[in-house]
Amino acid sequence: MDSELRELYQQVILDHNKSPRNYRVIEHPSHFCDGHNPLCGDTINIYLTIAEGIVKDISFQGSGCAISKASASLMSSIVKGKTIEEVKSIFEKFKDMVTGKLDVDLDSMGKLAVLAGVKEFPSRVKCASLAWHTLINAIDKKQEAVTTE
Amino acid sequence: METSIKLNNEVFDIEKIRSDFPILHQLVHKKPLCYLDNAASTQKPKVVIDSISDFYSTTNSNIHRGVHFLSEKATQNYENTRTTVKDFLNAKSEKEIIFTSGTTSSINLIANTYGRKNVNKGDEIIVTNMEHHSNIVPWQILCEEKNANLRVLPINNNGELILEKFNELITERTKLISVVHVSNSLGTINPIKKIIEIAHKNNIPVLVDAAQSIQHLEVDVQKLDCDFLAFSGHKIYGPTGVGVLYGKENLLEEMPPFMGGGDMISKVTFEETTFNDLPFKFEAGTGNIAGVIGLAAAIDYVKSIGLENINKHEAKLLNSATEKLSEIKGLKIIGTAKEKTSVLSFVVGNIHPHDIGTFLDFEGIAIRTGHHCTQPVMDYYKIPATSRASFAFYNTFDEVDHLTSALKKTIEVLS
Repeated sequence: MDSELRELYQQVILDHNKSPRNYRVIEHPSHFCDGHNPLCGDTINIYLTIAEGIVKDISFQGSGCAISKASASLMSSIVKGKTIEEVKSIFEKFKDMVTGKLDVDLDSMGKLAVLAGVKEFPSRVKCASLAWHTLINAIDKKQEAVTTE
Repeated sequence: METSIKLNNEVFDIEKIRSDFPILHQLVHKKPLCYLDNAASTQKPKVVIDSISDFYSTTNSNIHRGVHFLSEKATQNYENTRTTVKDFLNAKSEKEIIFTSGTTSSINLIANTYGRKNVNKGDEIIVTNMEHHSNIVPWQILCEEKNANLRVLPINNNGELILEKFNELITERTKLISVVHVSNSLGTINPIKKIIEIAHKNNIPVLVDAAQSIQHLEVDVQKLDCDFLAFSGHKIYGPTGVGVLYGKENLLEEMPPFMGGGDMISKVTFEETTFNDLPFKFEAGTGNIAGVIGLAAAIDYVKSIGLENINKHEAKLLNSATEKLSEIKGLKIIGTAKEKTSVLSFVVGNIHPHDIGTFLDFEGIAIRTGHHCTQPVMDYYKIPATSRASFAFYNTFDEVDHLTSALKKTIEVLS
């Protein structure tokens, strides 16, 4: 496989795509939002239980490509237990990483660093970001569904 | 690579044909380009590229009403294309050929002129379930404005129109039927002549979206007896930004103009404007002159290969690809109509088409992935998207094999 392609579809991503973590519904979420990428028809539903400013539980469901599903899965495992402020600051760094805007210190990105390869594929940045945008909207309790367009 | 294929005792020299297309001879991700996205846009033969370059190098100037040499020459070339298109479609007169920017703009022209004039509150327009968004949205906008209703002819599992439902949909309120000749996402060739016959029995005019048929099939507007027909230059090996609207002269005469501006008028005062004759009434502003001239070169090129030869070779490619891809475990072809052009849409288990598209890209293969601007088709099949390989006459059987083996490799990694 080509090295750039291997960088995008790392084993961790293929693994999260095949067995996504936290792929379920939370029955009575405190926060919830739908996300949608009209370009490729990807959809995601994010469920959250937030108490005392901390993400106590998070889950998601939806359909999408390997990048979008793996990104949602990785996100869900990373933000659990974090404060809202921490989640938002990770999101900012994540955005910079996948758009290649800044030289992000990949060591500080933990498991999310596997998605750094996305920056070489401009058409796939939205795939990687959909879950995050939807999460932020859920946290901010914005009612309207997220769209990447 | 195979060098020649025998068709009807004629030699279809694929290598020579490929040498006419400069873009095909390049590496993509270090692999030879295998261009299978022809339903989205076709590549251009050198004669088309040269005609555009020649125009800008030798003839460029504005057309109509110029008294100088270049303007007269440019006008002549532009109007000669109208004759080329008229002959290609077998229209009765050049007055029936209007240059637009593409199929979308042709359809919008009809919606805004014929539609606005003739569709009123409670009236109905019929489209089908397999229309491209460009043959849905203009009608929705019109229906919203006029309080009219859009009705939809359904499809079956093979991706064919259910013609039996047609009579149920037609009422005395039906003002127009707008239907795609060939589906861009399924490849289905619709029985357009029959549809037109039924419509005309009910005195309803028909607009044919020929964006996906003009490059594959003979389109004879008099044989079809269609009232309007639209196509794009870039799908028939011509430039982008140029298209055609054919309309029967008597209908075009009665229609109000679409855009106002230069060239579409005979006389302008602040009190009153007299509109120009056909076809100029519908060509406001300076058109895509180089594009129109390039379109003539494209049509001449297609004629030199012969639509019949093109069709035969493409049918063989489609059969081969259908056979080979059908053998791949978990792969399901979307669009299995009896009559198809060389479009092959498919899904593979839970693997998302975008992942397939990216993997194939690294094998040098260009396919399209997504909903192909036909979301109602995706909704019908309850899928978000498909992968679509679409073949042109410059594609080879080796490329079909390459697609097959690359797909197998991709599926192995992703499943």
